[in-house]
Amino acid sequence: MTLTMSWLEIALRAVAVLAAFLSLPLLVGQTEHKLMAHMQGRLGPMYAGGYHGWAQLVADGAKFVQKEDVLPARADRRLYRLAPAIALIPYLVALALVPIHPGVAVIDVPASVVLFVVATGVGALGLLVAGWASANKYALIGALRAAAHLVAYELPIVLSIASVALAGGSLSLLTLTQRWQPHWLLWQLPGACVFLIAALAELQRPPFDAPVADAELVMGPWTEYGGLRFAFFLLAEYAGIVVLSLLFAALWLGGWHGPFSDQVGWVWTLLKGYAVAVVIIWVRVAWPRVRADQLQRLAWLVLVPLALAQLALTGVGVVMGW
Amino acid sequence: MSGARKRGRAPGILPGLVHGLVTTARTALRPSHTAEYPDVAPTLPPRSRGVIALLEENCTSCMLCARECPDWCIVIESHKETIPATTPGGRDRQRNVLDTFTIDFGLCMYCGICIEACPFDALFWSPQFEYAEYDLRDLLHDKERLRGWMPTVPPPPALDERSAPPAEVAAANRPARPAAGAAAGAGAGAPGRAGGAARPARGDGAERPVRGSGAERPVRPVRAPRARREEDS
Repeated sequence: MTLTMSWLEIALRAVAVLAAFLSLPLLVGQTEHKLMAHMQGRLGPMYAGGYHGWAQLVADGAKFVQKEDVLPARADRRLYRLAPAIALIPYLVALALVPIHPGVAVIDVPASVVLFVVATGVGALGLLVAGWASANKYALIGALRAAAHLVAYELPIVLSIASVALAGGSLSLLTLTQRWQPHWLLWQLPGACVFLIAALAELQRPPFDAPVADAELVMGPWTEYGGLRFAFFLLAEYAGIVVLSLLFAALWLGGWHGPFSDQVGWVWTLLKGYAVAVVIIWVRVAWPRVRADQLQRLAWLVLVPLALAQLALTGVGVVMGW
Repeated sequence: MSGARKRGRAPGILPGLVHGLVTTARTALRPSHTAEYPDVAPTLPPRSRGVIALLEENCTSCMLCARECPDWCIVIESHKETIPATTPGGRDRQRNVLDTFTIDFGLCMYCGICIEACPFDALFWSPQFEYAEYDLRDLLHDKERLRGWMPTVPPPPALDERSAPPAEVAAANRPARPAAGAAAGAGAGAPGRAGGAARPARGDGAERPVRGSGAERPVRPVRAPRARREEDS
């Protein structure tokens, strides 16, 4: 980001990313409501807002605001209150980094790849903090699972992103998307698969939702949360879907590349990201939960070797000048 | 969803995952099963037991329904009235006049025995079911309210092909039947009944709604024969 940016522009960009942060997760959430319902032969929300329940999540938000703010007696008060913010704000930062339009990301820093990885990693810490601060055994078990998750799945994510960074020869997300070529679709395919699976795990989305497995752990680290704080956790989850879908679209699907990308490049980015989000929802409906040990096995015996192989392949490709 | 795969043999993890995706996608593309009940009226099966309707004119206060009712949810009160003789020197006649006919739908178990028991076709099933109340006492449906359900009573189902005419119709027809006057073409409004069986004359059963006389009524889809026969007997 150049420092020549005026305060007005900074404010505008901040407002824009905040607006996207508050609206896109709701769009994904509503899509999940409806798509999951239809995949199960139901209709999903039909009343809120009048037309096919479009305002269901707004109504949910209004409900969450009215709920009582419960603080467990033995909870670590400060951390307990802080945890939703730890989960939420990093995704806001990460969303600001995602390239949207040719030459446009809300924040354009030289090493945005690194910042992105750090931000999403910190976001996953929110669950760990929440589980620890709740003073609840289910929450604690969930938090420990989340921690194991974090350790296992951060590495494949970093390696697969590193592969793209190597291929594009840059650490800037904007530059990487700029240099994206259609043949990357094939060349970076293993890395793309690894990233998508690891992103699911990072978001603790089914089938990798062992940390919040409601059948065994009540609600995992969210057990003690209710009302607005719980809503923030949910928002963080869906914001995470948005951020990682958009990143996947930008790095592996070419982001804004498409017909008339100079005018409607942002539309392409959003469409591709939305398609990825739909896949994430689809997977949730279709597949059962993976056991905690199966999850570790998948990460260390499949994803990490695969990501390393992709990295080697990318290295060969760069040297050969593909 | 795909019936091809036999149960028992695990398909392997990757085909299993693909199978799951295909199943959910296929379900998503089909119409959903949700019944949007308050907005869209449900399509009830024929002869649904919703509420019991009373046709007061047919009731003779014989109390058969009240006696047969297993949970005694019917209360009937009546008094006798004398009808003066219509001809000079004739005998005065008495008839029962219904004062109270109340069904307590808080007690009713919808067995339908009262309807079966009624020899004069004064009780009918109506498919209406939306009469929930906030107060239990409001489930007592009095004579007027029971009468109010009458317009919702569906016409009786059509007779089976080549079935015998209903007993009432046959009885009404017998003395009037001429020797060779086959009037098969008279009842053109009721298809589905072949054969030259004599039909009831129009207007014969119109004053009193006769159960099971399919001739005057719109034709409904033909039901299972066994159930049909039970109802007609």
